[in-house]
Amino acid sequence: MTEPKKMGRRDFIKKACELTGATLFVGLLPFRSPPAQASDHAAAAGEGVVGSVDGKDHLFAYLIDTRKCIGCGMCVKACSQENKVPDGFFRTWVERYEMSELGDLHIDSPKGAKDGFPPVESGFTTTKGFFVPKMCNHCSNTPCTQVCPVGASFSTKEGVVLIDKQRCIGCGYCVQACPYASRFINPETKTADKCTWCYHRLAKGLPPACVQACPTEARMFGDLKDKDDPVRKILGKERVGVLQQEKLTKPSCFYLGLDKEVR
Amino acid sequence: MMLEPLNYLFPNDLHIHWSLMIVMYPYITGLVAGAFIVSSLYHVFGNEDFHPISRLALLTSLAFLLVATAPLLLHLGHPERALNIMISPNTSSAMAGFGFIYSFYLTLLVVEILLVYRTDIIAMFHATTGLRREVYRLLAFGVVEEDDKVRALNGKVVKILAAIGIPAACILHGYVGFLFGGVKANPWWSTPLMPVIFLFSAVVSGIAALVIFYQMAMRFRGERIDQKCISALVRWLWLFLIVTVSLELLEVVSLAYERAEEWEVISHLLTHQLSFSYISLQMIIGGMIPFILLMVTVLMDRYLDRHVRNTLSFVAASLLLIQVLAMRWNIVIGGQIFSKSFRGFREFHPHFLEKEGVLTAIVLVILPCVILIVLNKWLPAFKKGTPDLDSPVTR
Repeated sequence: MTEPKKMGRRDFIKKACELTGATLFVGLLPFRSPPAQASDHAAAAGEGVVGSVDGKDHLFAYLIDTRKCIGCGMCVKACSQENKVPDGFFRTWVERYEMSELGDLHIDSPKGAKDGFPPVESGFTTTKGFFVPKMCNHCSNTPCTQVCPVGASFSTKEGVVLIDKQRCIGCGYCVQACPYASRFINPETKTADKCTWCYHRLAKGLPPACVQACPTEARMFGDLKDKDDPVRKILGKERVGVLQQEKLTKPSCFYLGLDKEVR
Repeated sequence: MMLEPLNYLFPNDLHIHWSLMIVMYPYITGLVAGAFIVSSLYHVFGNEDFHPISRLALLTSLAFLLVATAPLLLHLGHPERALNIMISPNTSSAMAGFGFIYSFYLTLLVVEILLVYRTDIIAMFHATTGLRREVYRLLAFGVVEEDDKVRALNGKVVKILAAIGIPAACILHGYVGFLFGGVKANPWWSTPLMPVIFLFSAVVSGIAALVIFYQMAMRFRGERIDQKCISALVRWLWLFLIVTVSLELLEVVSLAYERAEEWEVISHLLTHQLSFSYISLQMIIGGMIPFILLMVTVLMDRYLDRHVRNTLSFVAASLLLIQVLAMRWNIVIGGQIFSKSFRGFREFHPHFLEKEGVLTAIVLVILPCVILIVLNKWLPAFKKGTPDLDSPVTR
């Protein structure tokens, strides 16, 4: 058997440089500076923000004051009518918490509070009770859009997280990834579904249906880019909480009056 | 905070979306990866002990791979849009990797099989007529002549493919582990150990399946079961089982020790809702008992009669196939049984006759076995071996 021709030092260095160069080229390709976005051009030309609900620059935020919520359930009713939410699934819901001085705890959300709350036999003396409305938190660090395999789940520039129902394949990964259980697979469209902050109403300058329906202003919707916005003012002054803060999903739904038992 | 009297689920958590099909998918791809790795032990590392089953392993891998997309398509709300994962993939999603990884691995496996079998395909081309002959011409890529130089080149290419195939098979199953392991919303799934646990238990299932298929094939042919092969398979099976169960237990021990909020709900899950499938099936019947059987088979190897070795390994392998299925169930279904509120549980009862039901799952396991038999008819995995004079077939 003939010996394979041995490689000299010069050839070795040449080959090593070629290989390193090729590897660096291929490896650094993902880090190219991104091509200029259409929205950058549009913004520079003063044409308004592309991908915004009305061409203007917004950063939406939702404020829930649990101290004002009376658990009437009008918000859930309004949402399910406005968005044709199928029975048994919820784009928004309200939870009732009852506690005693000894730490007994009772939590429920009968039909998401669509028909309000019937009286409950908790078996202990309630000293603390309150309601917590919930919905999709429209996070900035979304765990749901991260896992969507086809990019059907996406965030708009204003911070609204939406689902493209024409693209969604109904795999359900986003439903698993949401820590707040805001998502579900719609049995009629067979796609993922969730609260959209009534994006179709925002386009007309109207607030989400739940905000409009709330009789006590427990639910408020605002724009953090607007200097005079009441939500922005409250967020700037009061002690504010978010749900499951340790997950760092950076929700855009802010809460006043959260208790440690609220997940 | 007491868990018992409080049973609160988030309203949307009343539904379990990932069903039996999502249990079957990692089970099937696990068999694919496991069988392939065994065949690569021969084709790449030259481990002669695995020579008798090297071709069976490749065919088994292919047979299960061909069925692997079925559970996914049956689960999707819009299977007609399934190709979106390749047309407009979201690169941050582990699930988006499926189309590319699957296509790559399928191509690699088919090419490797056709090259491994090439000499026999050409021989069978010359020995048959009619439609069968044309099929063999196709399988031979249209070129039906072969000389020693080409044969040597084929051997090199097979080695390269088998070598690339190992990480490919690992990624094919490992990404599924990452798909679960990367979900921070679910503490039963979220762990960096998940891809490793999935992969090692996949190898366990692959080796176990080969032990069973090999013994059944030899019994059917009335031929001797190669004892060195079985001893080697059993040794590797035992070692991979030890690592797999150690990692699974490590995860639970770690959760129990750290006593973070998820431990309350997970400990309740394991001792109540999953007490049969986790403790009885996965850990005792599927874990401890095969561990003991395999320990005896490995450590007492040189004192064992071949019938005892065959029986012990067959029983252990059967239990392990159940164990790996239980493990997939406990992770996929178990992870959905508790609500994201960490305060409530729901139930899951798959129906027999629905699209994602029990009958479908049974078909998905039987179908690859049928495919394997068909593949074997065209590409025989075994040459004529030593007849087994004690076998009921030859007696």
